[in-house]
Amino acid sequence: MAAMPDDALELLSSLSLFADLGGPQLEAISHTFEETTFAPGQRILRQGISGSNFYVVVDGEASVKINGEERASIGRGDFFGEMSLLLGTAPTADVTAVTPLRCLVLAGPGLHDFLDKHPSVMYRMLVAMARRLSIANQHSG
Amino acid sequence: MPRATAKAEVDQRPFPPGEYPVVVVGSGPGAIQFSHELDRLGIAHATISADPSPGGMFRRLPIYQRLLSWTKPYALGDPAGRAGEWYDWNSIVSDDQSLRSIMPTLMDGSSSFPSRANMEENLATFVARANLQIRYSCPWQSTSRTDDGRFVLSTPDGDYTCGIAVFAVGMAEPWRPPTPGLDLVPHYVEAGPAETYAGKRVFIVGKQNSAFEIATAFLPWARQLVLGSPRPATLSVVEHSLAGVRARYVQPYEDAMLHNGVFLLDVKIERIERADDGFRIRLSRTADGREMIYEADAAIATTGFAVPMRDLPALGVATFAQGKMPALTALWESASVPGIFFTGTISQAAAGLKKHGIPANSGALHGYRYNARVLARHLGATRFGIEPVRPALEADAVAPFLLEQLTMAPELWNQRSYLARVASVSDDGWRDDGIWPLADFIDAPGSDAVAVTLEPNPDGSIYPVAYVRADGNVEEHLLDPDSMNEYRGSPHREQMASILAPLMRS
Repeated sequence: MAAMPDDALELLSSLSLFADLGGPQLEAISHTFEETTFAPGQRILRQGISGSNFYVVVDGEASVKINGEERASIGRGDFFGEMSLLLGTAPTADVTAVTPLRCLVLAGPGLHDFLDKHPSVMYRMLVAMARRLSIANQHSG
Repeated sequence: MPRATAKAEVDQRPFPPGEYPVVVVGSGPGAIQFSHELDRLGIAHATISADPSPGGMFRRLPIYQRLLSWTKPYALGDPAGRAGEWYDWNSIVSDDQSLRSIMPTLMDGSSSFPSRANMEENLATFVARANLQIRYSCPWQSTSRTDDGRFVLSTPDGDYTCGIAVFAVGMAEPWRPPTPGLDLVPHYVEAGPAETYAGKRVFIVGKQNSAFEIATAFLPWARQLVLGSPRPATLSVVEHSLAGVRARYVQPYEDAMLHNGVFLLDVKIERIERADDGFRIRLSRTADGREMIYEADAAIATTGFAVPMRDLPALGVATFAQGKMPALTALWESASVPGIFFTGTISQAAAGLKKHGIPANSGALHGYRYNARVLARHLGATRFGIEPVRPALEADAVAPFLLEQLTMAPELWNQRSYLARVASVSDDGWRDDGIWPLADFIDAPGSDAVAVTLEPNPDGSIYPVAYVRADGNVEEHLLDPDSMNEYRGSPHREQMASILAPLMRS
């Protein structure tokens, strides 16, 4: 992993999760996250394996699988890893890169502090999670 | 021409240009470790290097201080034993007893951290004793491919053609972000002797180890020291990781905390301009965006290093982090160009699971020397038909064996949550499969097996973890920590036996 790229501010402001933040806050965030990439086929989150981190997709596509069954695909602007970090459990799904995947990553133990400092990001995360829950309910209904 | 003169002109260097199964580029510790492993496996290869002698970056760096990696000769009683590697972070490792633990023999007891000269001598001694052949002063200049897909590495001496190219060229290229004016500032590698900064106000761009190394050297000389970068300084003793500033460089941090002529600023460097005999550095505070200007007599950029990729990206080798590192598989192969591998400190580009955000030690010799051994074994098995040695284990000996590894194995202690000891089981019984990357064990399909490793967490705890693969599914089992890191007692034996139960065959 490595420090954020030089176009970090532009990049962050284009992601919906950070859309409510102003310049100085984006600047601070750009030095909290790191950049990392994954090759197609590479697993990022592993079902049942603890100690994972929080990811925001910058470019590329990944698949979400539970017990080997594909449940969703995620792309630019989506985030993952937060569920297990918030609950303090191992991830309940695999996330695997389908194309070359570029992500911003925050070390798992840093998520709580990060959300405390950026409530608008927490709100946007809640909205996204509520949307996911709603879709899941529709499918199960 | 007289006969004697003609003889003297014959190039005595090994590995003339030509075709080789494997070509290794480099002569630093990564290349030395890897080339030695290939020799031990009997894999023919050529090792070429731009340098005139072994040592790699340790021929020049670190500039001011001793190394950051320690060698503690007496830590485990037998410095030449395999377990002695645990606390000797600077020796090349070998199965050959006569080649082990060279660095402890060069230490004079004045410090547990060797000098740069000690390190260079350590590596040169290994190369001489192991009779490792390297073609020096033979720089890799460009790369191409033949019609049948082999690689051609061009040098001033001629072309080297190979099916497998392994680059151990270090994070050797000074790197600066494109901050306006930063190119005016000398990089870390261009800093002058500490005494030439006497009485000066010095701005150091960065707050990682190289910044603190310079600051430590300048404390007796500089009038004022400012370390500026967007991120706050992190300390290894707080982070429980080598990613933080090491304890021996903490003095400038204390000086800053006690307001004693050192300042640590969390700032974005907006622009650097020439001003009189120094620099005008325009900054904005990370916390609130407030602008600042610092007038410095001197400035130094400790902005890191990149892999000298040369034309590899044009060949299709994918990179990340603004092109500074190649994108690698868990077994250190280019993610985009099969057949091109990287070893040495570049192996840190394969981050592994990075559990809890804590990185492995693949950037340092005490981590990557084990990666290099695994890579050589992997290439031997997959490309040269060399079956790895897999000693048989009695079923009732598996748990004690794994717990012995967890308590004493240098690979597991130096590459936590990155390398694992693997034992597999089939109808023929149990086998010790040796050390393997944890990420590959978890992600790649395989037969029934267990992999054990040690895992640190952000609280500073460390505990064994066993990953059991049965019928293609991997389950994680965290074992209890022990305050003395001793896992060979009955509580852990019982835990491990229970974990292994699903793999036991009656």
